[in-house]
Amino acid sequence: MPDISAGRLAADDYGKNFSDVHPPLSAHEAVVESDRCYFCFDAPCTNACPTSIDIPLFIRKIGTGNVEGAAETIFASNILGGMCARVCPTETLCEEACVRNVAEEKPVRIGLLHRHATDRYLESHSTYGVRAPATGRKVAVIGAGPAGLACAHELALKGHDVTIIEARGKAGGLNEFGIAAYKATDGFAQREVDFILGVGGITIEAGKALGRDYSLVELRAKYDAVFLGLGLQAVNALGVEGEETAGVVDAVRWIEDLRQSPDKSTIEVGSRVVVIGGGMTAVDAAVQAKKLGADEVTIAYRRGPAEMGASRYEQELAQVNGVRILHWVAPRQVVSEGNAVAAVDFERTALDASGRLTGTGRTLRLAADQVMKAIGQTFVSGPVETVALDGGRIAVDEEMRTSAARVWAGGDCVRGGEDLTVQAVDHGKRAALSIHAALSA
Amino acid sequence: MADLRTNFLGIKSPNPFWLASAPPTDKKYNVERAFRAGWGGVVWKTLGEDPAVVNVNGPRYGAIHSGDRRLAGLNNIELITDRPLELNLREIAEVKKAWPDRALVVSLMVPCEERNWKSIIARVEETGADGLELNFGCPHGMSERGMGSAVGQVPEYIEMVARWCKEATRMPVIVKLTPNITDIRYPARAAKKGGADAVSLINTINSIVAVDLDSFAPVPTIDGKGSHGGYCGPAVKPIALNMVGEIARDPETYGLPISGIGGIETWRDAAEYIALGCGTVQVCTAVMTYGFKIVEEMIDGMKKYMDGHGFDTIEDFRGLAVKNLSDWKYLNLNYIAKARIDQDLCIKCGRCHIACEDTSHQAITHMVDGVRHFEVKDEECVGCNLCVNVCPVDGCITMQPMTPGSVDPRTGKVVPAQYANWTTHPNNPSAVAAE
Repeated sequence: MPDISAGRLAADDYGKNFSDVHPPLSAHEAVVESDRCYFCFDAPCTNACPTSIDIPLFIRKIGTGNVEGAAETIFASNILGGMCARVCPTETLCEEACVRNVAEEKPVRIGLLHRHATDRYLESHSTYGVRAPATGRKVAVIGAGPAGLACAHELALKGHDVTIIEARGKAGGLNEFGIAAYKATDGFAQREVDFILGVGGITIEAGKALGRDYSLVELRAKYDAVFLGLGLQAVNALGVEGEETAGVVDAVRWIEDLRQSPDKSTIEVGSRVVVIGGGMTAVDAAVQAKKLGADEVTIAYRRGPAEMGASRYEQELAQVNGVRILHWVAPRQVVSEGNAVAAVDFERTALDASGRLTGTGRTLRLAADQVMKAIGQTFVSGPVETVALDGGRIAVDEEMRTSAARVWAGGDCVRGGEDLTVQAVDHGKRAALSIHAALSA
Repeated sequence: MADLRTNFLGIKSPNPFWLASAPPTDKKYNVERAFRAGWGGVVWKTLGEDPAVVNVNGPRYGAIHSGDRRLAGLNNIELITDRPLELNLREIAEVKKAWPDRALVVSLMVPCEERNWKSIIARVEETGADGLELNFGCPHGMSERGMGSAVGQVPEYIEMVARWCKEATRMPVIVKLTPNITDIRYPARAAKKGGADAVSLINTINSIVAVDLDSFAPVPTIDGKGSHGGYCGPAVKPIALNMVGEIARDPETYGLPISGIGGIETWRDAAEYIALGCGTVQVCTAVMTYGFKIVEEMIDGMKKYMDGHGFDTIEDFRGLAVKNLSDWKYLNLNYIAKARIDQDLCIKCGRCHIACEDTSHQAITHMVDGVRHFEVKDEECVGCNLCVNVCPVDGCITMQPMTPGSVDPRTGKVVPAQYANWTTHPNNPSAVAAE
């Protein structure tokens, strides 16, 4: 019988295992670290940030004891700065661009400084920004994830009235439902939602799904503009025999259950877990499985380390937590025993002469009590069928305008989305500025 | 192997590193710890007359810091020793007896009367100390009572007191100068005229180190009030070096022995003072920051430097920089240099660009063919060296002299081979004909 169960750990261990993955800097550490910033001209870190935060300026403010001003510099560019400080892959963005890498291979710890400033700000401020006088214009924002929240906040600042319509029971999107618990401890996602809504002028209608409870046509009739921040809805299938066997779960759904459960000891996890995929979700699932007490966790990915969607830092995080990462293996069959999963058969892969991924004929069987599928999500376009798509996602221009008049879109649901919170924030903000310009014309 | 032994006015010490008259030399306990650590000599903290002065009972020090709270400048409002004269004299005698190979100079400050000076000197004579240093420098507290810098600011007083002291002692007399004057040469000349054997400088600089922005009082704050103090530490070194250099090259004081003081933290700082003519150096703030152990680095670093340059003793390089210290008007206006950025070392922070672009000569690119790239535009570069100073990577930007005969792209003129200075320049209304 497969060994899947909840409550593998002693009660105390759950709190310990799901505490902050990298604790914040103390005030002293922040000042010492801020001193390492060179205050570069046309700073490469800022250029590497999808939301173009003025990083040298906020770091300089930390160094001069003006932590509040530092946070304001961040929020002026990125209202979800608090979450981005936790989930941004800084090692491939600002910190990769830091010029300190060139001479020392040791960047300024921008992410932790960023968190220092935003955390302190959230402790003492209920929101950021002051609304302009009311314009009387109404905007509907579909989806209360990072893109929608960023868009709504910017529009509210400009004096517009915003209604966010969210299919789930509460706001936050992937920040609330998707990312690993140890990255956003103590209900941070909801605290940030409250902080954003605190500016005023934003109403949330939760539990209403586009296409089920209302249509895009109705929205366009009722509002002056519409922003679609729909995210991705479906999980990719493995497309192999046995995929429906009990014990095979969607990593996204499993993580969501884990995030939403107030008591982590109720979440079932296998003794031997195989996670199939190579992105952030695969790592989040694998590490959390380990933290819940799984004995053996393996991430199986069909290509090599460089091709993984998870950054090198995330890969190391997995390995430090005792997760094994197997490269160059593609799933071929889920093997069941009785009605439950027993193993996964893989074929070893390689690149052929033309650089295409191909099977080698050599196989490998990994015994498993639980299999997690983390091979990406797809956009379900049904509810927005009147809007032009590109590559299966919503087509937008530079200003995030869709093909439909008065309809904008951003975040993971648009073409070119990179599944990053910080990029979704940029989309939402750019769309808001474009909407504001259109409404002001 | 370099020999660091020095003989300054006949006072011998195993190395030129002395501790300045200050808190670290206030008593036997500290001084013996310093000698055990390897310091070559001390100037005992300034003795005065009984009854001893009293110090404030709140903060005596304030500081400014550079990055990572590295102490860059220290300010103090402490007075001369607040211990009984008898106790200090007894300890001085004990220490000198126990450490005969180390220099032990005694600093003195008494009211400006002949009998006061002569009487205290007679007491010091009995201790067996090696020399006297007359404290005409302290700018705070004692100066309000007509002592310290109040004397050092009046050359006639310096000369007078130096003369009294020389008449009263077998010991060499060093006059410690205050920097709180407009031209350091005058007090130095006065000391020499009075018969002093040497000068030591600088004492601390009048300063308010900070203002507390909540209580609106100077720092350090004593019950809501503050007083100016004396400033020292790394930040004052350039000021002190200039004053040492001015005395070293002044024809009237040329050759007068100098003990250099001011912001010395490392062997390199000490070597710079020696290159400007100092026979010994005195340290205070650095040991008050890091403890006595730093002398190990100073001794080893100085030896390595001397070995590398083939100097057997301090005398082999003492004063070598004096002849190169010039008036501005004699600097070679035909010497033309351009900044060069080593692209292999460049980390592309852009500080050189923005410094030059915003505040200087618009002579450094930030983008070339759409790529972030920092390069000097010779046709704009005046060779000012600002980029070298703001670059975070040592050695990345250097100044390269242009070869005589080549054309300076900035002026379109040929770089002359011959020396020419302002005194003969056609733009100088007072120009004299070149010879």
